[in-house]
Amino acid sequence: MLTISNLQASIGEKEILKGINLTVNAGEVHAIMGPNGSGKSTLASVLAGREDYEVTGGTVQFDGKDLLDMAPEERAAEGIFLAFQYPVEIPGVSTTNFLKTAMNEIRKYRGLDPLDAVQFLKLMKEKMKLVNIDQSLLSRSLNEGFSGGEKKRNEIFQMAMLEPRLAILDETDSGLDIDALRIVAEGVNQLRSPERATIVVTHYQRLLDYIVPDYVHVLYKGRIVKSGPKELAFELEEKGYDWIKAEVETA
Amino acid sequence: MTPSNQPYNDLKSKLLADFQAAEERMNGASKSALHQLRRDALSQFDRLGFPTIKNEEWKYTNVGSLIKEVFEFNAPAQVTAEDLASLETARLEGNVLYFVNGRYQPQLSQIVSPAEQMTISTFSEAVQNRPEVIGQYFAQYADYHENAFTALNTAFADEGVVIHVPARKTVEAPTILRFISDGRQMNVASQPRNLFIVEANADIKVAESFRTLGDQASFTNVVTEIVVCEDARMEYYKIQNESDMAYHIGTTQVYQKDRSHFYSATVTLDGGFIRNNLNIALDGQHCESHMYGLYFPNGRQHIDNHTLVDHRKPNAYSNELYKGILEDRATGVFNGKIFVRQEAQKTNAYQSCKNVVLSNDATMNTKPQLEIFADDVKCSHGTTTGKLNEEAVFYLRSRGIPKDEAQMLLMYAFAEDVIRQIKIDALREQIERRIQAKLAR
Ligand SMILES: Nc1ncnc2c1ncn2[C@@H]1O[C@H](COP(=O)(O)OP(=O)(O)OP(=O)(O)O)[C@@H](O)[C@H]1O
Ligand SMILES: [Mg+2]
Repeated sequence: MLTISNLQASIGEKEILKGINLTVNAGEVHAIMGPNGSGKSTLASVLAGREDYEVTGGTVQFDGKDLLDMAPEERAAEGIFLAFQYPVEIPGVSTTNFLKTAMNEIRKYRGLDPLDAVQFLKLMKEKMKLVNIDQSLLSRSLNEGFSGGEKKRNEIFQMAMLEPRLAILDETDSGLDIDALRIVAEGVNQLRSPERATIVVTHYQRLLDYIVPDYVHVLYKGRIVKSGPKELAFELEEKGYDWIKAEVETA
Repeated sequence: MTPSNQPYNDLKSKLLADFQAAEERMNGASKSALHQLRRDALSQFDRLGFPTIKNEEWKYTNVGSLIKEVFEFNAPAQVTAEDLASLETARLEGNVLYFVNGRYQPQLSQIVSPAEQMTISTFSEAVQNRPEVIGQYFAQYADYHENAFTALNTAFADEGVVIHVPARKTVEAPTILRFISDGRQMNVASQPRNLFIVEANADIKVAESFRTLGDQASFTNVVTEIVVCEDARMEYYKIQNESDMAYHIGTTQVYQKDRSHFYSATVTLDGGFIRNNLNIALDGQHCESHMYGLYFPNGRQHIDNHTLVDHRKPNAYSNELYKGILEDRATGVFNGKIFVRQEAQKTNAYQSCKNVVLSNDATMNTKPQLEIFADDVKCSHGTTTGKLNEEAVFYLRSRGIPKDEAQMLLMYAFAEDVIRQIKIDALREQIERRIQAKLAR
């Protein structure tokens, strides 16, 4: 589904991604871990199409299409969703307000008829229940005055609404209490299917108890320096990153 | 005469000569108190001359090109209902008064409010039939000693609307004054003059709308005086939607008494060269004044909003929010002065001006001015000028919304807290549509 080959990206003069290789097949869940500043969010942003980053080399194929050639909105329509590590505040725009536009734009791209107000509301009700989010939050200005957990839950709500084929969750677990963590995980697991895939960026093994990954990767200094089964996450939890850093430096 | 007035002598001397010619036709009437006042205003205009950019109040608004144009000040008014259809104005349940090139058009107008709720007449009728009202209020608020355009309007104005709401009356129907410059045949100029008196405990909503037909140049020099008496309440909207060839200079002068509430919104959708002065004197205790503004200049449009809030008495509240979106080579000016006199203790005065500049060639000049002579006051002001939030654009795009639409959504959200201040539904809905259409271009 997703094939990243030797992806390099920089911001200004600064090289951040230094040759990422990663293949994600439909049905899989990949966890990406790694120390602060290693480039995890950068990778997520580049996949979503953020223009601040300049891709200086490599390719990304999504279902055989050149992802890097697409505008962010096209990527969304193709089925990519990024749950942001730091969701932006947008005064005057509520979730309900833009999500209907977003859904119908995506439907238009896919040649589907737009949802009418009734259908949209029905879907919303259903998904609100799923992620246990309140209508009042969805009617407020996006993320303005939201608590950390509310912001993350809102991201998951949007994911549930848009039903992406590839969801990228960037530290969606940070700042969540245990109950919220379960809810978020449930939201993700509900979407799990042979046609979909998920990339979970996290610092904590805890989330992976709920969203069990097929693979765990360690990103360090802009490269994936280690990959392994879910047990790798336990090892990292236990030993930290020093041993991996040491492996990289000696290599 | 100072040398800085030199380049503008043509229009100025024409206007001085016009006044004299009109005076000669007046015979005995020229002795009236009203005419003496006009004469005084004319002499002030003569003394002041048109302002140049050396005048601090006109630093960013250069009237040079306005003054070089040649306008017909007495253009015929031949506009039919069919001509108006092209303007797609909002259908309003209320009092609608049309003026074309400054002339009242009774055949296009409707007055629905019963006479016991308010007296509404044209300015010229009021001069004839209600000289005591004109004598008491006309030119008592809009100072013509400092502003050449107000002086000019005071000297020449002969048409507009006079509204008088008696004490304790609530005028349910909104009133909209539609001033249309018909520039289909020639360059036209008009100088409307309005006077609204809202007596104690009365309540009224008035909108002034400015439109143009055709693509010749037009010049509107309007002055509106408003008196809001004790416990009275007024909503006042000024909506501008004129051609790029339109020049507009306007002053709205408000005088508030104890416990009165005044709500205003000035929305400038289109227009070539615009200067709005909104001056509010809070000359009573426990008054409230709310001022909102919104402007969207593009192309080479120039929009200047000058506001002056004069807190004269204690315990009053004023709040001001102006917002602008500037595109292309447009220029904008916001100059907001808050004046708190020594006597005006416990004043709360807030001012904010926020701008989004979408192009590198557009410029916005903001100047907040606080002059506070009382010591126990709460005042704040802030201006921001920036680009559209790129991160927010990306966020929306990442959800599937195309770039243009994402930008529009954000601009609309930015404008929304001013738009919703317009409480006349039909008017607000019309403005919403216009804004959406303009932003979508
Ligand atoms: N806009 C930017 N300007 C300059 N440097 C940037 C920018 N964005 C990211 N960086 C730098 O790139 C590096 C990688 O950042 P990134 O956010 O991808 O790290 P991360 O792995 O997600 O870290 P964390 O675990 O703290 O979220 C960091 O050194 C960061 O400072
Ligand atoms: Mg990060």
